[in-house]
Amino acid sequence: MKKELEKRTVTGPDGQTFEVEPLIDYYCEAHPTVQPPAYSKIIENLFNWARSESIWILGFGTGCGAIEMRPLMTPRFDAYRYGIQWRPTPRQANLLIISGYLSVKTLKRVIRSYEQMQSPKYVIGLGSCTINGGMYWDSYNTIKRLDDYLPVDLYIVGCMPRPEALLEGFNTLKRMIRAGNAEGANTYAANFDWYKTNQKRVIHDWDMPDYNW
Amino acid sequence: MRVLHAQLGHHFTLGELVQVRADLAFVTLPKEHLRSAVLHLRDICKFSHLVLMTAVDWLEEERFQLTYLLHNREKHWDLGLRVMIPRVASHMESIHDIWPTAATYQRELKEMFGIDFPGSPGVDESFILEGWKEIPPYRRDFDTRHYAEKTFTQREGRKTEDPAKTMKAKLYPDET
Amino acid sequence: MQQFEWIQIPYSLLTLFIVLNFGLLLNALMAKIAARVGRRRGIPIYQNYIDLIKNYGLRTSITHGIMFYLGPVFRLAGGVGLLLFVPTLYGSEMFSNLSFAGDLILALYFVFFGALGMALGAGESGHPHAAIGVSRGLSQMTMAELPFALAVFSVALQYDTLTISEIVKAQQGSLFHWTLFTNPLAVAAAMLSFLGSMMRPPFDVVLAPQEIPIGPPTEYHSSYLALMQTNRMIFPIAKIVIIMNLFFGGATNWPIFFAKVFLIYLFAVFVGVVFPRFRVEQSIRWFLIWAVPLGVLAIVLV
Repeated sequence: MKKELEKRTVTGPDGQTFEVEPLIDYYCEAHPTVQPPAYSKIIENLFNWARSESIWILGFGTGCGAIEMRPLMTPRFDAYRYGIQWRPTPRQANLLIISGYLSVKTLKRVIRSYEQMQSPKYVIGLGSCTINGGMYWDSYNTIKRLDDYLPVDLYIVGCMPRPEALLEGFNTLKRMIRAGNAEGANTYAANFDWYKTNQKRVIHDWDMPDYNW
Repeated sequence: MRVLHAQLGHHFTLGELVQVRADLAFVTLPKEHLRSAVLHLRDICKFSHLVLMTAVDWLEEERFQLTYLLHNREKHWDLGLRVMIPRVASHMESIHDIWPTAATYQRELKEMFGIDFPGSPGVDESFILEGWKEIPPYRRDFDTRHYAEKTFTQREGRKTEDPAKTMKAKLYPDET
Repeated sequence: MQQFEWIQIPYSLLTLFIVLNFGLLLNALMAKIAARVGRRRGIPIYQNYIDLIKNYGLRTSITHGIMFYLGPVFRLAGGVGLLLFVPTLYGSEMFSNLSFAGDLILALYFVFFGALGMALGAGESGHPHAAIGVSRGLSQMTMAELPFALAVFSVALQYDTLTISEIVKAQQGSLFHWTLFTNPLAVAAAMLSFLGSMMRPPFDVVLAPQEIPIGPPTEYHSSYLALMQTNRMIFPIAKIVIIMNLFFGGATNWPIFFAKVFLIYLFAVFVGVVFPRFRVEQSIRWFLIWAVPLGVLAIVLV
């Protein structure tokens, strides 16, 4: 547990003393809930179409695969044509790409980022390392199966996959969203305890709230 | 390099000079002399740059070897100082006051090999492995494969092939 | 001066509707032009509509407090108010909106209103990047508004009125009656200041994604963000409308309006794709050295 997250007594500027328990005072304890789709089928279809045509990616490169995302912004591939944009903050992003191997230390940050994203949200596992560990299959510090820890909508295989493979992956994801099959956020909320158990089994020093909104 | 080695020999107990290239050499010296030798090299012999600092685990000999690689910018010489320390309760004098960058190396060595550097800033904080409970993973008696199988769930259907054999069979099918 | 009539309300809403759609398309077009400079195809022309629908359609949102709610609302109110209190088309009964005598002062105030609301909302979000972005944004914006205010006063002195309609009226007749030709110094100062308020390079250090990601809107998401996006479509147009009315002879019908707004916007985009980004202290110094003296000179010479 980090020092700043421990319970402590603070003296205010006007001499008052009060107790602070950061995990309860600074964070919201409510667990995620399953979010139902819009009440009308037509509206939900419209929203799903808009979601599929406007995918905002969180700019968080977790491993070497992040290098394959950069060319997508360049004139040669230009993913902006397909409504795909990069956002610098998890609050505004819809798609988290786990680009390559994921070490346990990064997994902690990834979980926080994922939980700060707003539903509906999607996860793409990029490269072999996210599927079965890839070349890091016997490493002591990288996770082997990403879908134990986060609800993955789509894997893109390869070591590394080319930017073309990524574009094809985005198109597949779009078809899934339009068909209403990409409900990763709801899977996460429904199986929240199972995911948390898995996450805490590998992250030994869990020094954050269970759910970061 | 030979001249330098001879000069250093007046002040410190030095081992044999191992000359790898014209501009790269290694020398072994006792643990107590390291700090003064490093200071001497930096201030008088103009080895102003700490290139890297690393360790080797000699499991059979029950020793760790610490390597300090110094660089002389004027002559483009690299000189590696080797120090042997016992493997049990291993600790070493910190050189973070000579080069501040050494603090990061020492923090990593503490985490990965369990070599302690008393007084080095932040040496006890976790560096990459947060909440590590096993023996330090770069020690050779740490079984990384066993640990990985124990900790992480593996996906079924994974197959390992020797790349050399596979590529040979693929490219030159006649020779097999 | 004309009396208030109820029919003005649907007329103003119609203006708002036209300007919103025009803004959505124009901003996408400008993004495309900037992308073409980088030899990309850029976003589709209808992308802004989809982004808006998506952001309004997100299922969850969180809050950090009351000001966090009100920030985007203030921002949007700033944009809409600015648009509604200046005449969009000169001489048109339908599209002169709620303009009245002395609306110039109100317009100047509205330019700042949204930014202040944004500052309060972003401050409540508690994110350090938001706080840095707000402090940068307010200091840069204050500096950028100074030459604009000077230019506006110069124009007001020149035409001896504070009513935008009167100023536009004085510029009718011929190309050379525009303020651009009768008072070029004021126009120069105002256009330099215009660059600073458009949030495009070289003055976009406040919310450039590559700097502090991404400044004041860091914590904003789903519907809040959609409100702010709506404002980002309306506000530049509203700002350009003022500039067009004051300096470029206004517009008497929609085609001329679209053309003039496009060209004035293109000026900012053109400068933006050519020049690299300023840091805040650099941009403040730049405004002090280049824009403010022009504004002072414009007042003195009038």
